[in-house]
Amino acid sequence: MAENNSLYGLLAEFDGPDELVAAAKGSYAAGYRKMDAFSPMPVHDLSESLGYDKQRVPIIVLICAMIGVATGFGLQYFVAVVDYPLNVGGRPFLSWPSFIPVTFELGVLFSAFGALIGMLLLNGLPRPYHPVFNVPNFERASGDGFFLCIEAEDPKFDVSETRAFLEGLEAKKVDDVEP
Amino acid sequence: MASIAPQKDPTAPAPVLGPGQTYTTVTQKLSSIITSRTPLGWIVALLIAGSILQLLMLSATWLLIKGVGIWGLNIPVGWGWAIINFVWWIGIGHAGTLISAILLLMRQQWRNSINRFAEAMTIFAVMCAGMFPLLHTGRPWLAAYWLLPYPNTMSVWPQFRSPLIWDVFAVGTYFTVSLIFWYLGLIPDFATLRDKAKHKISQIIYGMLSMGWRGSAKHWYNYEMAALLLAGVSTPLVLSVHSIVSFDFSTGIVPGWHATIFPPYFVAGAVYAGFAMVLTLGLPIRYFYGLHDYITDRHLNNMGKVMLATGLIVAYGYGLEQFYAWYSASPYESYMIQNRMFGPYNLQYWLLILCNVTVPQLLWIKRVRLSPVGLFVVAMFINLGMWLERFMIVVTSLHRDFMPSSWDMFHSTPWDWGLYAGTIGFFLFMMILFIRVMPVINIFEIRQLVPHKEKDTEEAAASADD
Repeated sequence: MAENNSLYGLLAEFDGPDELVAAAKGSYAAGYRKMDAFSPMPVHDLSESLGYDKQRVPIIVLICAMIGVATGFGLQYFVAVVDYPLNVGGRPFLSWPSFIPVTFELGVLFSAFGALIGMLLLNGLPRPYHPVFNVPNFERASGDGFFLCIEAEDPKFDVSETRAFLEGLEAKKVDDVEP
Repeated sequence: MASIAPQKDPTAPAPVLGPGQTYTTVTQKLSSIITSRTPLGWIVALLIAGSILQLLMLSATWLLIKGVGIWGLNIPVGWGWAIINFVWWIGIGHAGTLISAILLLMRQQWRNSINRFAEAMTIFAVMCAGMFPLLHTGRPWLAAYWLLPYPNTMSVWPQFRSPLIWDVFAVGTYFTVSLIFWYLGLIPDFATLRDKAKHKISQIIYGMLSMGWRGSAKHWYNYEMAALLLAGVSTPLVLSVHSIVSFDFSTGIVPGWHATIFPPYFVAGAVYAGFAMVLTLGLPIRYFYGLHDYITDRHLNNMGKVMLATGLIVAYGYGLEQFYAWYSASPYESYMIQNRMFGPYNLQYWLLILCNVTVPQLLWIKRVRLSPVGLFVVAMFINLGMWLERFMIVVTSLHRDFMPSSWDMFHSTPWDWGLYAGTIGFFLFMMILFIRVMPVINIFEIRQLVPHKEKDTEEAAASADD
């Protein structure tokens, strides 16, 4: 068996989403913190049972939306009042009700970019290489496989003990993850 | 509650997923559409669509050489088929966003199997729509400074008090946000294809597109929130887009255009036309690839109901136009309605009523809603009817306005037909290409519909009905 520092971690496969959530809760209760679970679709409660429940996407989207709204209104203000004022039927240059549609659209546009890019950045994507891809079976994580990975960085990690622990959680199979 | 085969229980809605599906079968079936050998029927369909696409090339080239004089435009009908087709195509796109965003917020799980190709339809329909305003300028390469606010050497800026510039921002945002939403939904499915693809090159391409997605719980956590927020911003967006398109008309003082009913009437008409197009495309795809377990009777039934409801709103809009004409006591408004119903374009008006109001009443009958052929026929009537509606709004309002001395008739030319048919070819061509290279049904969302265990089956079927 390899040394702790030459392994990325141990990857255990489970039967289905419910077993995976149970295993994640069990590992968290046993004191493991540096771990991640992999599933082919979102599984309710899974990230919470791993102790990951900080949601930062909404604040990113809110900030982007406000930047978009400010950009939209500022652009129209600059064009219609400062740089190119046109007298249309004696209306005020700052005829703000007619500026609402573009302001709204830019707010939506910026928040959509915020949602996509924010999600990718928070998830550390794009990332073409990751150690878990070294496990041959792992390609099933995008099909019908449910996996839990306990990383070697975890202070409680010990190859033989953790392997025994995962097998005790009724894992179908436990694999070493090469770094 | 609903069991595996609930069609026998008349009180329970049909399931959103056929019986006996597991994660393995779902993944296998839906990715095999792409990883298997190219079917001959696909090649034939692509060639047919590609031939119609050539009409677009021809018509657009001749237009750019000769100018918009090759169309049937005249004064007073200065807005002809270009705006009719623009509004028609934009409206078709709306069903995609409705299905992907509004039904997501309402937790309608039946959307999971139709949202992907409805979103693809949105993107290609908006592309077709965008061609018309650009081409109708005659010199699209000069359009940049008319449309986009950028500092140019003429020191000219767009007029932000005009609905036409609102349109540029609304349609541009709509296209971009639809593309982002579509791509976001595709990332996990690209990961599935990366792992299922047999060829090295397709593995690399899908691998790059999937951005290294590995289905981590933390990723899904952020991903679901991003999808939810995108749905949240897309919902007011889709309502705003066709409202702004309707402002192009309703802010004008032309009889028949200057009505406050226009925004809701346009939005309902857009959803109506969009669902008709979803069925026009979805039913053949379902038949060709045998997707009856994923697009079930429940989907057909629900889509029929949405069309019926939005169709009734549209019919209400037609009724209100008559009411306004009477209640406004404006001689121009009442003449406009008389002219529509009994004037030179009366054939188009009554055909419109037949297509959009009369025929869709068949959808009250459950047998029609459950019959693919019946739905397809009704959908084709609606596709035609919604085009006629825009024809009626644009042409019959303009051709006889305030001064009888300026009245004239509008006659379309073969180039009008060519460009319109050409965009339909473009649309079909893109859809057919899409089916072959991207999962036509959202694989990971279908996995969410798979019951977790045998004993959970009843529970899952019950929650799917919520």
